[in-house]
Amino acid sequence: MKYLRLWQLGLLVAIFVLWHVLTKPGLIPPFVFENDQQAAFFFGEPLKIFGRIWAWFVSNHDIYEHLAVTLVETLLAFGIGTVLGLGCGLWLALSPLAAAITDPYIKALNSMPRVILAPIFAVWFGLGIASKVALGVTLVFFIVFFNVYQGVKEVSPVVLANARMLGASQKQLLRHVYLPSATSWVFSSLHTSVGLAFVGAVVGEYLGSSRGVGYLILQAEGSFDINTVMAGILVLTVFALMLDAAVGRLEKRLMKWQPKAGETEKL
Amino acid sequence: MHRDRTGHSDRRTKLPPHRTAPHRARHRIGRASNEPETPLNPNANPQAALSLVNVACTFVDKSDPSQRYTAVRDVSLTVGAGEFVSVVGPTGCGKSTLLNVAAGLLAPSSGSVHVFGAALAGINRRAGYMFQAESLMPWRTAVQNVMAGLEFRGVADARAQADEWLKRVGLGGFGDRYPHQLSGGMRKRVSLAQTLVLDPDIILMDEPFSALDIQTRQLMENEVLALWAAKKKAVLFITHDLDEAIAMSDRVVCLSAGPGSHPIGEFAIDLPRPRDVAEVRATPRFVELHQAIWGVLREEVLKGYQQQLAA
Repeated sequence: MKYLRLWQLGLLVAIFVLWHVLTKPGLIPPFVFENDQQAAFFFGEPLKIFGRIWAWFVSNHDIYEHLAVTLVETLLAFGIGTVLGLGCGLWLALSPLAAAITDPYIKALNSMPRVILAPIFAVWFGLGIASKVALGVTLVFFIVFFNVYQGVKEVSPVVLANARMLGASQKQLLRHVYLPSATSWVFSSLHTSVGLAFVGAVVGEYLGSSRGVGYLILQAEGSFDINTVMAGILVLTVFALMLDAAVGRLEKRLMKWQPKAGETEKL
Repeated sequence: MHRDRTGHSDRRTKLPPHRTAPHRARHRIGRASNEPETPLNPNANPQAALSLVNVACTFVDKSDPSQRYTAVRDVSLTVGAGEFVSVVGPTGCGKSTLLNVAAGLLAPSSGSVHVFGAALAGINRRAGYMFQAESLMPWRTAVQNVMAGLEFRGVADARAQADEWLKRVGLGGFGDRYPHQLSGGMRKRVSLAQTLVLDPDIILMDEPFSALDIQTRQLMENEVLALWAAKKKAVLFITHDLDEAIAMSDRVVCLSAGPGSHPIGEFAIDLPRPRDVAEVRATPRFVELHQAIWGVLREEVLKGYQQQLAA
């Protein structure tokens, strides 16, 4: 395990070293481009990228405001999308008539390329965080919705019958059987949906905003500042990984009732 | 979904003649059964905890309504208060269907169910049901599973009662384990505690120990008998194991092979109580009863097996 981490880190370092060697002007003679400035122009230089990140976080500390905006958008989109998906999933799974009526519309909405809604949301909700949250919600909602729907449909009929025999009312069935069962399915999709919430926020910012990491990237692209673009992508990647790890920890805590593969029975 | 009576009678006319008329051979060995002979009238028998009157269940395929299967028909069955009744029958004869009808989980196509004289509509609130398959909620710990029923009813000291019952089934130290952390036998004991903590007047058991090894099984059977002896509840016990049925019951009812299975024999078990399920098997009376019941059951078991082979 210790060596695994070492290897992973070594691979990362190797990639950056290779990147540096291939792009640093004057280090090696150009073999793809005509002159030694072009590789740096198209792909950026790792040292300058790190310099940019350093300036953002340490010397200028001017990225926090943008990061906070992106993070708030992500979390809001994630939260609202999950709650809406959970509610609609439970409702449609437990009401076959409603499910039958809405089925073609759900399918249509799901297969629609929803990123295209971003400009409409910008018109409806303005250039603030609301339009980004709306975009993120449309992405997260369907992931959670389909998983909850599936989760409710797959509740063990025996467990359900048992709960009914134990005297559970319809409301208690929802609270004590359907919801926990659906939650396990939601958690299996949380990694995907938190990633999509992030995508929604950044794409929303990229398409029109005055703050956020997506906005920073857009600004840099406008001036062909590839180093800043790359720096923004790196920062976003690291934050996406951190969000994913946070979800993983939450899942581990809340889903401890689920058997894990390879776990021996404790007697 | 399965209330098509025309389909049911349709099916009936196609059956071989020897099965069309409801005939229930009543076998009396030793002590006479005090059951009434003809179709049971619940009003005439108010002390019965549970009575099924001419119950039939026909299942219809939702996508193809011409596909029908009559699992049981002409079933009249009573369980007196405090009586332990077992139902045995060949595999696939609709034993579980009967139990689901008694529990109110399944509405019969025809016939009626009475609980302490009152007609049953919806879930049988006076019954506790121990299922054959895994029925614990996997997201609840053992003690949370046991207290679930009390919690649904809003009982204040649910936790304390659940703890006490866990101790009674020998799982005092396992309350905070999740079902997947318990062995099969332990899970069955949690199920038992979960059912009995509600102190139901009627206990329905669907081959509760069929998945257990023989030692654990006998242990559990003795535990159930001891708990039953203390509380004297009405028990309807479904099993395919004749030994188990005789060892535990006051009365054994044999079902015919499906489709359209119905009771074909009833035997009063006059073995003295308290019994030890392992020891009682060696007594001559047990062997005598076993032979008598098996004489009735054997043909049906073979028939059931033949039908499954043909299908």
